[in-house]
Parts: sequence; C-alpha cells; structure tokens
Amino acid sequence: MADGPASGDLFSKFDELIAMREGLLAGGQEDPFSLVMEQVLSPTQAICNGRNTILLGTYNYMGMTFDPDVIAAGKQAYDEFGAGTTGSRVLNGTFYHHRDVENALKEFYAMDHAMVFSTGYQANLGIISTIAGKGDYIILDIDSHASIWDGCKMGDAEVVPFKHNDLDALEKRLRRVPEGAGKLVVLEGVYSMLGDIAPLKQMVSIAKKYGAMVLVDEAHSMGFIGEHGRGVCEEAGVIDDCDFIIGTFSKSVGTVGGFCVSNHPKFEIMRLVCRPYVFTAALPPAVMASSATSIRKLMHNGNKRADLWENSRTLHSGLRALGFQLGTDEPQSAIIAVVMPDLEKGAAMWEALLKEGLYVNLARPPATPANMTLLRCSLCAEHSPKQVQTILGMFERAGKAVGII
Amino acid sequence: MDRAEVDTTIRSLIDPFNKKGVEITDATSFANDLEFDSLTVMDFVAEIEDAFDIIISMNQQAEIENFGQLIDAVTKLQG
Ligand SMILES: Cc1ncc(COP(=O)(O)O)c(C=O)c1O
Repeated sequence: MADGPASGDLFSKFDELIAMREGLLAGGQEDPFSLVMEQVLSPTQAICNGRNTILLGTYNYMGMTFDPDVIAAGKQAYDEFGAGTTGSRVLNGTFYHHRDVENALKEFYAMDHAMVFSTGYQANLGIISTIAGKGDYIILDIDSHASIWDGCKMGDAEVVPFKHNDLDALEKRLRRVPEGAGKLVVLEGVYSMLGDIAPLKQMVSIAKKYGAMVLVDEAHSMGFIGEHGRGVCEEAGVIDDCDFIIGTFSKSVGTVGGFCVSNHPKFEIMRLVCRPYVFTAALPPAVMASSATSIRKLMHNGNKRADLWENSRTLHSGLRALGFQLGTDEPQSAIIAVVMPDLEKGAAMWEALLKEGLYVNLARPPATPANMTLLRCSLCAEHSPKQVQTILGMFERAGKAVGII
Repeated sequence: MDRAEVDTTIRSLIDPFNKKGVEITDATSFANDLEFDSLTVMDFVAEIEDAFDIIISMNQQAEIENFGQLIDAVTKLQG
C-alpha cells in the first residue's frame, strides 16, 4: 500500500472538501475555520491569532459572559459542588443548580415545565426525535438549523420540509397529511443565517387550524425580542399556542446548555424517554449556577435591550449606505448577514476584516440558504457606539480593497 | 391518473429543471444525470406535490433515485 489507502478508505468521501480547503489556503488565505482566541478581553474584544480584535461574530448578544454576578455564582458553585457531575440527569447528575436553572426558565417563560439539556443541539435532537414517532409527520422550514434536521433524522416520523417562511407551502403540506396522523410543525423565531424572522402569527395559526403541535426554536431571540424577551413567538402574540419552545444558554445567556419549556401536562415524562437527555452527563454545577443567575438578570435588562437594537440598526443602515448587499431589508434581529458574491471573495473579505481587527462569521454552503456565501455579523449590547463606527470603517476599507463595494 | 399519464405530467414538470436538456428515461438519475442539488429537489418535489395534491416525504424521497421510480411512487401515492 505504498500509494496510500486507494480503495476502502472511508475518508475518500471527503476528498472534494479537502481539496477545496487546500486550494483556498494555498493562496495564503488565513483559515477561517481555525481561529484561536488567545485572550478574551471582554464580550466584544479578544486577541485573535495574535491581533487585538473586535468580536462581531459571537452570539454573546447581551454580553453576559463577563457579568460579575454570573461569574461569582459560577465560582461559588465550583467551590461548593465541585467541577463536574459525573452522571446523567436521571441518575446522579441533578444537583441543586440544575433544578434552580429549570426554575429560572419557568419564571422567565412563565411556563409549567422546563428541561435542561447539555446543549441546544441536544435539546432539538432529543425533543423532536422523541415526540414525533412512526406514522407522525414533521413539517419543517427548509432553512431549519442542523440540530432540527438531525432530530428529524434520528426519529421515525415522516419528514416534510416547506419553502422558507412560505405560509402557503406550509398550509398545503398540512392539508395533505393523512387523516389521523400526528403532526408537529417545527419553526424558528430568528433564522440565524440571514437574521430574518418568521411570520409566526400566521404560521402558528395555520398549524393550529390543522390540529398540529408547534415547536419553536427561539435560540436567537432570548432576552431581547418580545415583551419579556421570550422571543418572536411572544412578540407575535402566539406564545400560548406554541407547545414547545427550544432555547440555548450558548447565546444571550452567555454560558452553555440547552432547554425546552412547555405547558404540556405530560411533559415531565420526557425525562425518562428522551435519549439525548438520559444517556449523557449533566452539565457542571458552575455552568448551571451561572446560567440561572444570567437568566434571572435577563428578566430585567431594558437598557441592554435598547443598546443591542440601537447597535443593530446603526450597523444595518451603515453597511447598506456603504453599498453592501444585506440578508434583510430591515434589521429584524441582532444578526446582520452581508451577502458575498462567492466563496473566494467572501474568504478574502473575511481575512481583510480580520487583518483590520474585526472578527465576523464566514458561512458557506451547505449551511447557508440558496448556496450563498455570507459574512454574518452578530451584535452585542456591549458594543459601544464608537465600536460600531469603527466596525463600519473597517468594512469600508476591506470592501474596497477586495473589490466588493 | 394511470402510470402513462403520470409520466406525461411529470415530464412536463421536469423541463424547467432539466437545464442541460438531458434525455429522460426511466433510468435517468436525479443526482448523477440531472445533477439536482438539494434546493432543486425541494422545488421540483413541491411542483409534483402541488400537481398531484400529495405529500412525498423525505423518507420516501430517499428511496427514489431515478425517473422511473418517481413515476411509480407518484402513481401509487395518488391512489
Ligand atoms: C437555531 C439554533 N438552534 C439550536 C442551536 C444549538 O445551540 P447550542 O449551541 O446550545 O448547541 C443553535 C446554535 O448553534 C441555533 O442557531
């Protein structure tokens, strides 16, 4: 086998991707997918690959990662409960703080039940694959997050996608589901690639008209959309018709973990039947204590909310005035996607921005809708107005250097 | 509709998606011959679903690799 494993190498299926990456990096391009933050100075600043960098590509929407109360709660739990749980939630892995964070979620969403998973990915994986079984139908938006798709794949239900945010396409599919079959409609509040929101008022009412249960992933809205920060479903006035809300601690909350909240009277049985909940270790107590503190602080955060929206509006209008093509006509969330002409230009622009001292997310197919290459900017309440102006200057210089504007 | 009629209808639906003008037989494969990507598949499937008022779930799509299998599946689904 001097020539290497020619046949039978299970890795040959990745050859095309490997070649594409090598091609990109051979031109001297800095690797967009292996950035290291050597030091994190604040929610909006870090030393990345040796450079002082403004962070515009994290999901630290409310800047809670460095909140002194959040950190203090974690430290105390470390001291009092130790570093880890070494066990499943259903056996030895439920500590005081796991219950407390679930209580905090019940308070935050004003719902009867809350279940915390190790990540948001696992929350979608677990809930979707468990509640929709053989003979049931899952109707989902084609632009759904990978964790939703994987939840569908893991279960036994029939999976039926519809065109992104298309009310008519949703209704047609619901109408055609065989009589008597169980139906789960899966939607997101904010779609994280373009930063657009779903028309949940109409969608949830269509779902209910056909007797479907509704699950909404509100990962990118917690704390700053809806009167109490419960998400797009609250803003749209349909939260009471949403049977399950999925969320994550890895964004506004500023820690790690995922959850599902629900008013379903039988919801607690999920703790015994949902495999991604049962067959994995519970999160460390320090993470739970930090999360609980953060969630409760997010309930009283009027100023931060206002700052975040102000930042989002300023960046959106500024980028547009510079001539960039954006994912939405109006700023609908804290994510602003800048559409790149192609992957090569996108990668060049990403690198030019990094050299200016700005980190954004490079997103490429297949994660993106319509095979677009995107530079995704996500704002933080803690970005100062001055930082936002600095960011716009960086975009202008980089965009001109790369020839995009 | 019988199989022949389903065949005729789907042939007319596939035209706008058949960018290279590939000749369509029962053995024509969607992934290899027609080079459909996942977005094209979604749009094409939606056209068929609307034309026949049926659902072709992704689970069922996974079993359909070529044109002939599609015609068979749709003929059966409308029943
Ligand atoms: C819409 C959506 N759902 C779920 C997740 C998963 O969250 P987590 O990072 O907690 O796994 C994410 C983030 O990656 C997301 O964007």
